[in-house]
Amino acid sequence: MKFVRLVWVNLSRSKRRTILTTLSVAAALFLFVSLRSVNTTLQDAAEVGSEARMVTRNSISIVFSLPEAYYQWLSAVPGVERVSWAVWFNGIYRDPRDFFPSFAIQADSYLAMYPEMVIPEEQRQAFMAERTAAIVGTGLMERFGWSLGQTVTLRSPIYPADNDWPFTIRGVYTPTNPSFGDNLFFFHYEYVYEHSLRGAQPGWYVLQLEDPAVATSVAETIDEHYRNSRAATRTETERAFQTGFVTMYGNVGFLMNAVGLAVFFAILLVAASTMMMAARERTSEVAVLKTLGFSDRLLFGLVLAEAATITLIGGLLGVFGAKLIFEGTQFQGAGFLPGFQVKWSTAIAGMAIALLLGLISGIVPAWQAARMPVAQTLRRVA
Amino acid sequence: MALLEIRNLSKVYHRDSQAIPVFEDIDLDVERGDFLVLMGPSGSGKTTLLNLIAGLDEPTTGQITVGGEEVTGMSRRQLAAWRSRHVGFIFQLYNLLPVLTAYQNVELPLLLTHLSKKERREHVMTVLDVVGLADRAEHFPRQLSGGQEQRVAIARAIVSDPTVILADEPTGDLDAKSADEILTLMQRLNSEFQKTILLVTHDARAAERGHAIMHLDKGVLTR
Repeated sequence: MKFVRLVWVNLSRSKRRTILTTLSVAAALFLFVSLRSVNTTLQDAAEVGSEARMVTRNSISIVFSLPEAYYQWLSAVPGVERVSWAVWFNGIYRDPRDFFPSFAIQADSYLAMYPEMVIPEEQRQAFMAERTAAIVGTGLMERFGWSLGQTVTLRSPIYPADNDWPFTIRGVYTPTNPSFGDNLFFFHYEYVYEHSLRGAQPGWYVLQLEDPAVATSVAETIDEHYRNSRAATRTETERAFQTGFVTMYGNVGFLMNAVGLAVFFAILLVAASTMMMAARERTSEVAVLKTLGFSDRLLFGLVLAEAATITLIGGLLGVFGAKLIFEGTQFQGAGFLPGFQVKWSTAIAGMAIALLLGLISGIVPAWQAARMPVAQTLRRVA
Repeated sequence: MALLEIRNLSKVYHRDSQAIPVFEDIDLDVERGDFLVLMGPSGSGKTTLLNLIAGLDEPTTGQITVGGEEVTGMSRRQLAAWRSRHVGFIFQLYNLLPVLTAYQNVELPLLLTHLSKKERREHVMTVLDVVGLADRAEHFPRQLSGGQEQRVAIARAIVSDPTVILADEPTGDLDAKSADEILTLMQRLNSEFQKTILLVTHDARAAERGHAIMHLDKGVLTR
C-alpha cells in the first residue's frame, strides 16, 4: 500500500496525457461493451423462440409472403396442433425515428400460441371484439405515454403510404421474458387485409407442434409439399427462425467481434506508446530509485501498476458508463433490440480486457525499467 | 579490518571491439568514521569507482568488501537490498523526484523497510531537522534553491542510517555559499554522527574538509 502513492503521483505527472489515455481506453471499452451487448441481446432474442413452435416462410426470403390458402393444408399436417400467421406491417408513428415493430396477426390462434404475452382477460376480450383494436407492450405504452382506449394512428411504407391507419389500444401485454420485448404492437390481420389496397398475405406461418420431437419430419413434409409451388417454403424451428432473422443483416457476431478486436488493438497501441513515453521520460528517476535500493522486481511492478491503473480506471468509466447510460435511457436500439442490457458477464469481460490491456501495454516499459543498467544511465544524466 | 576494503580492482569498458581500461589493480582501505576525498581529472574513473563501491556497476576483476560483506559477489537482487541498507548516495544534480515533496523524497529509502508510517515520519523529520529543512518538508523540489535541494538529497542519503555515504561532486552545481553550507553539513555528519564518507570532487577547497585526499589519475590511485 505504501507504494500506491508513488504510482499515483507518477500518473499525475502529466495529467493531460493520463486523462486522454484513460478516456481513450474508456471509449474503447464503452464500444466493446456496447457491441458485445448487441450480440448477447440478439442471442437472447433467438433463444426466446420456442422449440415447440415452428415457422414456415417463403424459401426465397422473409420479405416475400405466402398464400393464405396454405393455412388449411398446414393445419392438417400430422404433428401440427395449431397454425397461425403474422405479417410485418412496418408501422410508423409520427416520425420514422419513432420506430417499433408492428405486426398484423391472426389474432385468436396467435395469442393462444404465445403464453409469453400476459394480457388481462377483459382486455383480451375487448381486443378480440374490435377489428381496429391493438395490443401493445408495456414498454411502448410507457415510451409514448399512451393509455388504454387511446386511438393511435400509424402509417406504413408497405401498405398504402398515403393512408392513415388508426388503431384503438384495447390491450396491454407484459412479457414473461424481457428478451421477448415489451415494445411490440399487434393488431388484427383482417384489418390490414380489408383496408389494404394491394391486399395483404401472411408473411409467415407459425405452427404449434404436438411434440417438439416431430419438428424435423414436419419441416420435411411441408417443404417437400410446396417445393414446386409458386411460393416454395422453408420451415424451421422458431429459434432457428429468430436466429435467421438476426443473420439477415449478415454475420452480426463476427462483425461485432471483428470491430471489437480492431478497437482493442488500436487502444493497445495508444496505451503502450503512452507507457513507453512515460517510462522514457523517467529513465533517470528509475536509475535513482535503483541507487536507493529499489529492486528490479519492485520497479517492474510499479511500472506495470501504473499501466494497469490507467486502463482499469478507463475500463471502469467505459464499462459502467455504458451500463448506466443504457439502463438509464432504457435503450432498445430503436425497437430492434428489445431487452437490450449490459449483462454482468459482459461488464466482467470488459474489465478483464481493461486489465489485460494494462498488463500488455506496461510489460515492455516495465521490463526496460527493471533491466536498466544504472551506472550507464546515471552517467548519461549526470 | 577496514570498513571498506578494495583489492586488485580493475575496470575495463568495451566499446565495440575496443577495450578501454579505466583503472587496474586498485587497492584502498577506508576505516569506519573516515572522511576520504577522492580527486582526479575528468575521466579518471572517480565516479566509476563510486559506482563499483555502491554495487551499481560490476568490476572487471577484483574484490570490494563493505562491513565484512563482499559486494562483488552479490546478485542484482542482493545488491539492491544491500544498497538500501548500507549505501547513501549523493549526486551532483541532486536527482530528487520532482513530483514528490521534500518529505516524500526523503521517505523513499524507508519505503523499502518494515517501518510503520509513524516511524517513517519520525525518521524523516529527524533528518530534515539535521539538514535544517524541517520547515520545508512539504515543498516540492522546484520550490527549493539548489543548496536546499542538495540538503534534501543528503537527508535522503542518511535517512536509512547507511554504513557509508558516497558523494559524487555534491557541490559541483552549487554557488560558493551553498557549496560551503553543504560541505559544512557533510563535515558535521562525519564528526557529530560518525558517518563514513567518500567524497568525489574537483574542488580543492572541498577537498580540505576531508581527513585524507586520494588522487586517481591514469588508472593509478595515490595519496
